[in-house]
Order: sequence, then structure tokens, then C-alpha cells
Amino acid sequence: MKREIAVTGLGAVTPLGIGARTLHERWIAGTSGIEDGEGTCSEFDPTAYLSVKEARRSDRFTQFALVASDEALKEAGWEDEGPYDPKRIGCIVGTGIGGIDTLTRSHQVLLEQGAKKVSPLSIPLMMGNAAAGAVSMRHGLRGPSFAPVSACSAGAHSIGEAMELIEYGRADAVVAGSSEAALVPLARAAFGALDAMSDLGISRPFDARRDGFVMGEGAAILVLEEAEQARARGANILAYVRGYGATSDAYHLTAPDSAGAGAAEAMRIALADAGLAPEDVVYVNAHGTSTPLNDRAETLAIKAALGDAVRSIPVSSTKSAIGHLLGAAGSVEAVATILALRDRIAPPTLGLEQPEEGLDLDYVPGKARPLDIDGKPAVGLSNAFGFGGHNAVLCLEAA
Amino acid sequence: MATAVTPEAVEKVVFDALPQFGAEPGEITREATFEDLDVDSLDLAELSQIIEDEFGVQLKGDDIGKIKTVGDAVDMVVSRAG
Repeated sequence: MKREIAVTGLGAVTPLGIGARTLHERWIAGTSGIEDGEGTCSEFDPTAYLSVKEARRSDRFTQFALVASDEALKEAGWEDEGPYDPKRIGCIVGTGIGGIDTLTRSHQVLLEQGAKKVSPLSIPLMMGNAAAGAVSMRHGLRGPSFAPVSACSAGAHSIGEAMELIEYGRADAVVAGSSEAALVPLARAAFGALDAMSDLGISRPFDARRDGFVMGEGAAILVLEEAEQARARGANILAYVRGYGATSDAYHLTAPDSAGAGAAEAMRIALADAGLAPEDVVYVNAHGTSTPLNDRAETLAIKAALGDAVRSIPVSSTKSAIGHLLGAAGSVEAVATILALRDRIAPPTLGLEQPEEGLDLDYVPGKARPLDIDGKPAVGLSNAFGFGGHNAVLCLEAA
Repeated sequence: MATAVTPEAVEKVVFDALPQFGAEPGEITREATFEDLDVDSLDLAELSQIIEDEFGVQLKGDDIGKIKTVGDAVDMVVSRAG
């Protein structure tokens, strides 16, 4: 029998503010964290949380992860010491891009001042696994630690892989999530050249006028524990990770398969992994990027995976409120999904006013509304798809 | 042009550099160990870069391994320059 996976702590740094509940409450209230066409974590001040040494030893993406991990471990009651043998606690913190701010600054030093002036911290700060390493060090986690780098599906992959580490007995708990801080000129220019970003700077997933994603930054970290041990130690269980599905389109480096076949398969696998049926799903947190291609393909994928049940399932996009957090999206949206399910509320897809022909799911336009689930378990799916054709879907249930 | 290497000049550069690594300015003395100041190998790699930049003196990995105190670092730089 597979081991059950409990979520006992949540932490987030997002354009809506510091904290997982801040994200949830502000999104539910219809607040947008997008300003001047970007989702910046403007409330984040690293010196409020990190020592001089910690701050200078970490790129912004690592700083986000550290702060989110403090919040998550505090909620799990792990503040002083983890409840398990440290060697049995893993740490998986993914990213799409890693320390691109460090990379571009160091490269500028190289060009302007020469090789001898390049900081020895350049590589340890920019490497994609820097956040995973820093979080494991900060909390003394000595089990497996690494960083999935799978573009915008990295966060969901991290949580899914964490679930499997616990399921298969390789760890009793895993601190898992993802982080991104790529609001730098190079990333803006490069995404701009791909024609993937919104020229208008507006994130309005599923709206007929949508013209691309809005870049955002942030991080989320979850504490996952083997449920039996979590119960035995009297932990407050917030949710369960019931299932995980991961597939690949094997189709195109940036465009999704237009029929959404790989994405649909990932949703089916996540549900089957959970031992659940489409009728059990009460909410879908869509990848919903606000790009013309994703929102169309994802709608088809959701219909293919959930069949007739889809008519009564609200589907909304966190990216409507905070933009696309790239590698951080999957974990931030998993946190948002868990809190929405716990509160039995369907958060809104902000800015959605003009539906497009064929995009006819219940996207919860503009305003949150209660999830009327009649005593059913609050089960949701959280979708994350990435450049490279990666699809990762989590099946989550509120405790 | 590199600055002339005198014990006083090297000491000043080293003392001035250490706080950026998180060392408490009040605790920086010649006798203080880098361990006590929480200055580790990565910080010393940065310090070496600052020293080379200022004095044109290169400290290699082997040298850094032998350094325990702030005074050791200053003396090492002065002796290498000689």
C-alpha cells in the first residue's frame, strides 16, 4: 500500500505579498499583484529576513525560497527542529531559470572589467540548484536534495517528485517547492523576442483579447510528510497530495500540442494515481497563462481529461492575479489551490470579460465564489506546463 | 598602479573588506580567527580577489588553507609581496 502524503506547512512570496495566506486572501478579494505589466514582489525586503551573509550568498530566487521555507516550516511546527531524522528529510526546490540576475551581472563585470574581477560567488549563486542547497542548509535537511529545472512546470514536478520520495519510502518528509526571480532585462528581451509576453502588459487568461503572459517572480514552499507519522506527532494537516501525473508533449520546444493531448494525459494520470474519477474533482487551478496557444490547448485538455464532469467544475487561473511566475508557478499555484480547497472557494480569473469562441469552461470570471460541494471531499487539480513540452499535474485534497 | 604593500596598508584593506562578508566590525582584530568572524573559504576567495586588485599580490588555495587569523592573512600578503 502506498504511503499517504500530508501537507503540514505552506509558505509563499508572491507579487500579492509575503505569505501563503496573503496570496490566498488577496486573490480571493480580487486584488491584482501586477503593476506596470509585471508581477514584482515589491513587498519583499531580504534584509528583513536574512543576515548580511545569507543575503549576499543568495540570488534573489534563493532569497524568495528561503523566506517561503521559513514560513512553511514554522507552520509545520518545525521551527526549532524537524520531527524526523534529518537524513530522512528531503529538499526539492525547482526553478525555471535560476540565478539569471547573478549571471547577467557577472557577465557584465567580465565584459567591462575582465575575468579577474568576476566574483567567486557567481556560479554558486546562479546555479539552478542554489535554492535547494540553501534551503537544505538553512534547515539542516540531510536527505535527498535537488532542483528540477523544467521551465514553468518545475514547481509541480518538485512537489510530485517529493511525493514519490515519501511514497516509496526514501524519505519521511520533504520540503518542496520552487522559486523564480527573472525580472531582468535579458529575460524580458528574450521572452519578448519569443512573442510569448503580453504587449499590453495585461494577464487575462481565457479572454478573447489575451495577448500573452505577464512575467512575475516569487516562490512557494510546502512541507510534505508521511501522513501516518504526521498524525502520530499531532501535526496540523492542511491537505493531502493525492496524485501526480507527468507527461511530455514531445512536440515543440515552446508551443503546446494544440490538442493538449500530453496535458490531458497528465491530468488523467494524476487522477488515476489518486484513485479518483473526474466526478471527484471540485476545482481546477489551470496553468492559464493568458497566451493564445496555452489557454486554447489547456481548455481542450481539461475537457478531454474530465469529460462531462467538466460542466460543473470551476476552473481558474492564479496568473490572472500575479502573472506567470515561470518555475515558481507550479508550487505557488499548488499553495493557492490548497487554500482555496480548504476554504471551499473558487478564486477568480481576473480580467476575464470577453470569452473566446470555444473557450467555454466555467472560468470563474472576475469574482470568487463559494465551492458548493455538498460535503464531498475538496479535491482539486493544479496544472503546470512548461517550455520543452513538460506537463505536470498535482491532485490535491483539503484535509 | 597597485598600492604599495605595507603591513598598515594591507591591514586597512582587510579590515575594511571583512564587514561586507558579515563580520562584526567591532570584532575584527589581528588576533581574531576567520572562523570566529564567520568568514569561510568562499569569503576568503573574495578577499583574495580584493587583495590582488589592490596590491597585485596573488594568494593561492594552499596559502589560504594556512591562514587562520586576520593577522595571518595580513602577514601572508606582506611576505608574498617581499
